[in-house]
Amino acid sequence: MRALKIKNVKKSFGGVDILKGIDIEVEPGQFLILVGPSGCGKSTLMNLIAGLETVTSGEIVIGDRVVNDVPPKDRDIAMVFQSYALYPNMNVKKNITFGMEMRNVDKDEQEKILERVSKMLQIEHLLDRKPSQLSGGQRQRVAMGRALARDPGLFLFDEPLSNLDAKLRVEMRTEIKLLHQRTKTTVVYVTHDQIEAMTLGDRIAVMKDGHIQQFGTPHEIYDNPANMFVAGFIGSPSMNFIPTRIVAAEGGLGAEILHGEQNWIFPLQDPQGKLQAWVGKDVILGVRPEQFTAAEDDEPSYDCKVDIIEPTGPDTLVFVHLNGKEVVCRVHPKKAKHPGEIQRLTVDLTKAVVFDPKTEARIL
Amino acid sequence: MATQEHSVGQKRFDQWLPKLVVAPSFILSLIFIYGFIIWNGYLSFSTSRMLPNYEWAGMVQYESLWQNARWWVAIKNLGIFGVLFIGIGTMLGLFLAILLDQKIRVEGALRSIYLYPMALSFIVTGTAWKWILNPSFGLEHLVQSWGFPNYTFDWLVNPEKAIYTVVIAGVWQSSGFVMALFLAGLRGIDDSIIKAAQVDGASLPRIYWRIIIPSLRPVFFSTIMILAHLAIKSFDLVMALTNRGPGYSTDMPASFMYTMAFERGQLGVGAASSTMMLAMLAAIVVPYLYSELRGYKKNG
Amino acid sequence: MAKSTRFILYTVLLIAALFYLLPMYVMLTTSVKTMDEIRNGSLLAFPTGISLEAWGKAWDSACTGIQCSGLKPFFWNSVKIVVPAVILSTMLGAINGYVLTKWKFKGSDIIFSMMLFGVFMPLQVVLLPMSQTLGWMGLTESVWGLVTVHVLMGIASTTLFFRNYYVSIPDELVKAATLDGAGFFRIFWRIILPLSTPIIMVTFIWQFTNIWNDFLFGVVFSGSDSKPITVGLNNLVNTSTGVKEYNVDMAAAIIAGLPTMFIYFVAGKYFVRGLTAGAVKG
Repeated sequence: MRALKIKNVKKSFGGVDILKGIDIEVEPGQFLILVGPSGCGKSTLMNLIAGLETVTSGEIVIGDRVVNDVPPKDRDIAMVFQSYALYPNMNVKKNITFGMEMRNVDKDEQEKILERVSKMLQIEHLLDRKPSQLSGGQRQRVAMGRALARDPGLFLFDEPLSNLDAKLRVEMRTEIKLLHQRTKTTVVYVTHDQIEAMTLGDRIAVMKDGHIQQFGTPHEIYDNPANMFVAGFIGSPSMNFIPTRIVAAEGGLGAEILHGEQNWIFPLQDPQGKLQAWVGKDVILGVRPEQFTAAEDDEPSYDCKVDIIEPTGPDTLVFVHLNGKEVVCRVHPKKAKHPGEIQRLTVDLTKAVVFDPKTEARIL
Repeated sequence: MATQEHSVGQKRFDQWLPKLVVAPSFILSLIFIYGFIIWNGYLSFSTSRMLPNYEWAGMVQYESLWQNARWWVAIKNLGIFGVLFIGIGTMLGLFLAILLDQKIRVEGALRSIYLYPMALSFIVTGTAWKWILNPSFGLEHLVQSWGFPNYTFDWLVNPEKAIYTVVIAGVWQSSGFVMALFLAGLRGIDDSIIKAAQVDGASLPRIYWRIIIPSLRPVFFSTIMILAHLAIKSFDLVMALTNRGPGYSTDMPASFMYTMAFERGQLGVGAASSTMMLAMLAAIVVPYLYSELRGYKKNG
Repeated sequence: MAKSTRFILYTVLLIAALFYLLPMYVMLTTSVKTMDEIRNGSLLAFPTGISLEAWGKAWDSACTGIQCSGLKPFFWNSVKIVVPAVILSTMLGAINGYVLTKWKFKGSDIIFSMMLFGVFMPLQVVLLPMSQTLGWMGLTESVWGLVTVHVLMGIASTTLFFRNYYVSIPDELVKAATLDGAGFFRIFWRIILPLSTPIIMVTFIWQFTNIWNDFLFGVVFSGSDSKPITVGLNNLVNTSTGVKEYNVDMAAAIIAGLPTMFIYFVAGKYFVRGLTAGAVKG
């Protein structure tokens, strides 16, 4: 179990800057998620931590050692790859012990570790099989076994679940979480799936274009997104972004919604007065789908015509238009109307956020 | 345990090792391909005759090359051979591939039969066809014995026709290969396209003519490249089948070069003719290579 | 498809098969006929008896120019040339392909493109410089001269084969092995090479067929004691002294084609793959 510090790390390939100054600090035993769309530099950062590529500038510290010039095998790390990267010519046993053989671990010790790891992952019955004879989930397990056999100070996972089907992905996600709770090893986990990020991470770093957009706990990131990108990337369905204008309303400020003949004001709570400078100006209002719900019969409501509905089981997603923008609402199935009908909606604005439409930075 | 300093050295070594490993092959290729091309080019501008010398002579060798009637015969033969060999080879190969693609029961066996000539040396092919086409005991004799005493088939010994025997043997040897290329192309076509066309009510010949054959364009492209390449380099077949004769009526650039450089002691003309061959190939291959490499980049 | 169309289809395919088989049939039957039978009989006639006399003669006593020891010495020359040349060029191709895909460095793609040109170059351009260089190295009279030439000219295609194959092996395998602590050669030996059996077969067969069938280098770069079988066959067929013995010619042609035919029928799968993979070479 080791701490990981990434200090102002930059990486460029042939004049193109892939990483533009990354700073991350993770305490021993934490589960760090690197999440972002493809091309954001998360995999490059992972390769730099593993030592498969060299940094252009900056420092990577594992434990208390600067590892910039330490070859991968001496970094006290283990890695699970997206394609698992099991050696096709070796059986499961050989796949797990190959690294130990390279490090000249003696035979008895190898056997012991193999036994411990295969028991932990329940792959004892697969030891003599070749990777081609294994199912996707079994391969995933073997890949983790290979990493566990190193007993590393730092685990690296590079999109390890993206090759699995949906059901298996959920199972393996739980298993990885259990494994982390048991081994207490520090983990760096790359994914583009925001659900994995939310469910697994102690800390999440949301990346885009070689920058860290936000670094924090899953809750901070979900409830207090730093900008529109983070707000839109985390959460499914995405946060609704409604173009609007800040207007003064009774007892405070609100967001103006023009709905046909009607002129609604969504009241906003602004104890620190951050919106004062924006009165009369255009902004983007961010409201998550679960904050739009069906209004009770005796409640005041905003009445909108339903465009389409998407039942998901526990809720039904109702699509309406506000200020010309499509808005998704998470409604109880029994309360959901049909397309063309009027849905009576209520909105919880305590968690609503406001963005600057030009810089996409958070205002409120 | 490796100390920090040790591992830095290790890393430098690791970075150099791959380069070190390809270096010999690369250097050898540089010398033996590019160096030799330049060397050969220089020879073509020298006064070399029996022995190579490096006295600059300008375009003299090229002038004498293009004034040489035999070189013109070789170029004309390359034209005839090239067009027929590529044309017939491609058509026959495509035809057989389409027929074989109709869920034929003994496809494997037929494919092996069509393709086996490719395993043979052109020298073996030439020897075999030389025997079959020889007028005294071969095909001519056979047809005469069937009751057509006036039948003549003397192409092998007829200076006007001998080049066509080279075409026959060449097509025999290479068309199976073309068939294999097209068959691979046909198998690569998405079945659902054909199904969609059938649903649209197109007949089988129309589907082939309008949809399948046009979608084989890349295969046509590489087939023609390969056959053109073979045609320009063809040497063995001419040597074995006609030995450039009768006279020099079936000479081709490759055999012309050999004759001049290694039999007649005219190194300069030989070098000039091989440079011309390089230019011809480059004209065909460079665009092809360019598109291939772009493909690599896309896939890589 | 209607029954009659199917019938026509099979007939056409069968006729095509006859066209490809005919020369082999004629070669085989002629080689076991006596000269009398050849002179008086027909090209396509089935032999009345099987005489292996011509085969014996072609193997060890037919005249090739002034020397009358059949194809035997040439056959063994070819073996001596082919075996080391195939092994060396395949090994070089494998390691080059490995570096050019898994250990790319700045300029490695350019190196590959430059080497690739060797696949397309007309070999005639290197004949004159090569014969002079071999002369300086004192290799003109021995089989090693031809081994050298075939290895040098083969590197381009073997590298191409292995490169194209190794591109499809995921890079993550190499990364995983690096993390496991294996180095450049260990990864090659323990991970990459064990996965290379198909491409080794393809390259092996391709190089074997090409080098065994080569005539150009054989006729230009060999001394009297290092001529390969194709040169031997051509000399045997074109030797004009005495009566022309077609049966011996045909037996000799079959002998010269036997090793490659054997490989074709044993490992046809790899042969076809090599042809289509090496399609660029043709």
